[in-house]
Amino acid sequence: MYLGKVVGRLWATVKNANMQGQRLLIVQPLSPELKPSGKRLVCADWTGAGAGELVYWCRGRESSFAFLPDEVTTDTTIVAIVDSVRVERRGDAPAPAPGGPENGARLHPGKRRE
Amino acid sequence: MILARVVGTVVATRKDPRLEGKKLLIVKPVSPEGQDEAGYVVAVDTVSAGYRETVICVSGSSARMAEGCKDTPVDTAIVGIVDNVGLD
Amino acid sequence: MLIARVIGEIVATQKHPSHEGCKILLVQPLNLDGTDRGAAVVAVDAVDAGIGDRVLLVTEGFSAMTSVGRPQSPIDMAVIGFIDHVDLTGPAGG
Repeated sequence: MYLGKVVGRLWATVKNANMQGQRLLIVQPLSPELKPSGKRLVCADWTGAGAGELVYWCRGRESSFAFLPDEVTTDTTIVAIVDSVRVERRGDAPAPAPGGPENGARLHPGKRRE
Repeated sequence: MILARVVGTVVATRKDPRLEGKKLLIVKPVSPEGQDEAGYVVAVDTVSAGYRETVICVSGSSARMAEGCKDTPVDTAIVGIVDNVGLD
Repeated sequence: MLIARVIGEIVATQKHPSHEGCKILLVQPLNLDGTDRGAAVVAVDAVDAGIGDRVLLVTEGFSAMTSVGRPQSPIDMAVIGFIDHVDLTGPAGG
């Protein structure tokens, strides 16, 4: 799966029969530090995510399994809305001393807007 | 899924029999703003897309889940014609 | 499968039922020299790995789903082992 942010929505009246009624969102893939990484793409949405929300999405045939027993034609599906991401990038260095300040940033994305 | 624009057609007389009767289109990826991006792919059309239309393409084994592509040797299918893209 | 390092954890309340009860990890795939290999990815944890661990990352759906015991679910990557040690010297010892 991959981290991403919902940046838009897409409307298509003419769709394959296996995609009728499917919500389609535009997603910007993000790095763990929540910086844009790579090209935006179109994802089917299982979660009901809205604009600006941080999500993670699944790629490949597996992504269509979110909608089982319906067979939805999708290769990218948003499967979760992310509440928070904790990142600690470190090399082979030992863990920080117990009781010390946390080695890393705790990132809380802005919660939904409405 | 990716956004793409139909830029041409492919005619292939001799092909896998499972592809017979399928329309093959050449599509080029585009950004959500509609700008052309690098590369191209030949996709099976399931929605009667027209020349220059912006479409949604599904790749990989998921493409075979599209109505009309069951059990066919397809790795990219056009599954929707884009009316409108709304960006924040 | 790839060698990867766990660099973070994700909390998600609204998620697909097949992901419930699983830890969701941010993992950075690594090259053999230990440098980053491409972008970090999100994987389901099958072995109770934590931040800083060097792990075995499977990037194919069937393997990922079955390793966490959730067949037919939208899971395309999973952490399925801990890497103790990598030896690149071959049987002759170098």
